[in-house]
Amino acid sequence: MSVAHSRLRYGITTAVAWSLAILVFFPIFWMMITSFKTEEQAYQLSVIFQPTLQSFREVFARSDYLSFAGNSIAISLGVTLLSLLLAIPAAYSMAFFPGPRTQKILLWMMSTKMMPSVGVLLPVYLLWKNSGLLDTVSGLIIIYTLINLPIAVWMAFTYFCEVPKEILEAARIDGANTWQEIFHLLLPMSLPGLASTGLLLLILSWNEAFWSINLSSSHAAPLTVFIASYSSPEGLFWAKLSAASLLAVAPIMVLGWLAQKQLVRGLTFGAVK
Amino acid sequence: MNSPTREALPAVDSGRPHAASTARHARKSVWTQRWLLSPAVISLLLWSVVPLLMTIYFSVTRYNLLSPDESGFVGLDNYRFLWSDPSFLPSIANTLLLTGSVLLISVVGGVLLAVLFDQEFFGRGIARLLVIAPFFVMPTVSALIWKNMLLHPVYGLLAAAMHALGLQPVDWLGQYPMFSIIMIVSWQWLPFAFLILLTAIQSLDPEQKEAAQIDGAGPFSMFFYIVLPHLKRAIGVVVMIETIFLLSIFAEIYTTTAGGPGTATTTLSFLIYSMGLQQFDVGMASTGGILAVVLANIVSVFLVRMLASNLKGENEQ
Repeated sequence: MSVAHSRLRYGITTAVAWSLAILVFFPIFWMMITSFKTEEQAYQLSVIFQPTLQSFREVFARSDYLSFAGNSIAISLGVTLLSLLLAIPAAYSMAFFPGPRTQKILLWMMSTKMMPSVGVLLPVYLLWKNSGLLDTVSGLIIIYTLINLPIAVWMAFTYFCEVPKEILEAARIDGANTWQEIFHLLLPMSLPGLASTGLLLLILSWNEAFWSINLSSSHAAPLTVFIASYSSPEGLFWAKLSAASLLAVAPIMVLGWLAQKQLVRGLTFGAVK
Repeated sequence: MNSPTREALPAVDSGRPHAASTARHARKSVWTQRWLLSPAVISLLLWSVVPLLMTIYFSVTRYNLLSPDESGFVGLDNYRFLWSDPSFLPSIANTLLLTGSVLLISVVGGVLLAVLFDQEFFGRGIARLLVIAPFFVMPTVSALIWKNMLLHPVYGLLAAAMHALGLQPVDWLGQYPMFSIIMIVSWQWLPFAFLILLTAIQSLDPEQKEAAQIDGAGPFSMFFYIVLPHLKRAIGVVVMIETIFLLSIFAEIYTTTAGGPGTATTTLSFLIYSMGLQQFDVGMASTGGILAVVLANIVSVFLVRMLASNLKGENEQ
């Protein structure tokens, strides 16, 4: 009876969990399906159709898709590198040379994330406009880095705290200087952690849509802004909207899937592992 | 570093041999700490102070980019105007309603889904990937896919489904605008809560569960006395992180309803955007910005305390 009971339970759990999973994933599935349809087929809501790449071709032909994608890539990579460049030394210093204020500094950094972006929208817009940063890739890299720096520092800090301090200490006593310590010991030892920090930064800056909408229009506009332009009547071209969206979403979704475990830790500032 | 300091921060610096801290190392460490820490601290300091001071300054001046001749100090006039603006109070209410509803949906839904996905079932790994997927979709994409393809009153999938069931299709974003926005935003954030809570639930000691089962705990008492207390901290973290993001939801509204109809979906973020970058009234928009900062601070004072006590809890372990 017990075996039958647990089999039944297994079956019911499978059915319920999969129905919910499909329900949650459905909008994405629908977008994928629609991107392989023609515009006429898109309105027929059928799942049986002749798949075509026509919409993808049209997205590339009629819009400057590659330039938007290029901006997204440049911005995300720029933010990731710049944030790590600033965060690694800071996290190293706090993890291995903690002072009386280390914990306060960490909490203060975190608290800068609490400031709503919209609270400083106008000054930033005017500063960026007057210094020629408006609608430039570097302008967006600067602002995204400032927003994500606390996360980068926190993540690097929690990973560094797991590195055995004795190893660094021994190297230091043997006469290694700070750079050798960081580059030859710390970075190789915490590479997986730093990689997932970088991945999280990549995902967050790829998907950021407040500053990109407000600080870029054409020249530096990333994919978030390009897709937002479909909110005009263009959005009724479902197949093209879906194709453009799928291209914008797919790479980052795959990365997110691969890194899900590490993302939990990064997104919760190390509180959930 | 001298040793009293080190004892004050046990979690940060346990396991370091005391013997190693000679005077030379102490000097070196203070120096290292300062110059390695300063680039990050200085940039964050500038970022958190300069724009905020400018917002405060703009909020007490008359400053409209369309009429640059009229300018100057106006005291609290902007605050009075904003208060009497018919869209101001609704925008605060909408912001709180959106944040609160999405939090409730994502935390309750996230806990239930996490408990379900903690059970063994066929293809669990793949099903989990499907559930977390919406979190990686950029806000403008999810808003437009929902608006155009699912919620569209004539051609949308929901309209077709309701037709098939013999019901009258609903103009979701027209008739139930806030409900629709809540639905879209929850779709993005429930997966986040689920991912965090599932990770937390899986760190629950199986022996503890077995012990409770042997003691005759049913599924309900198991949930309320074992699982939920174990998730308390993770739930706190989810609430905190989601609050930060939800208080400034913008792109979803910008691409779907543009704050309408009327002020039905105008949040504080959207109101400030439209005052500042559509009507070019820098003074009024900055006043709104200050109130957004105040609102976030009221929420965050409470949240940072929670995080701080969480950290202490970890240090004690």
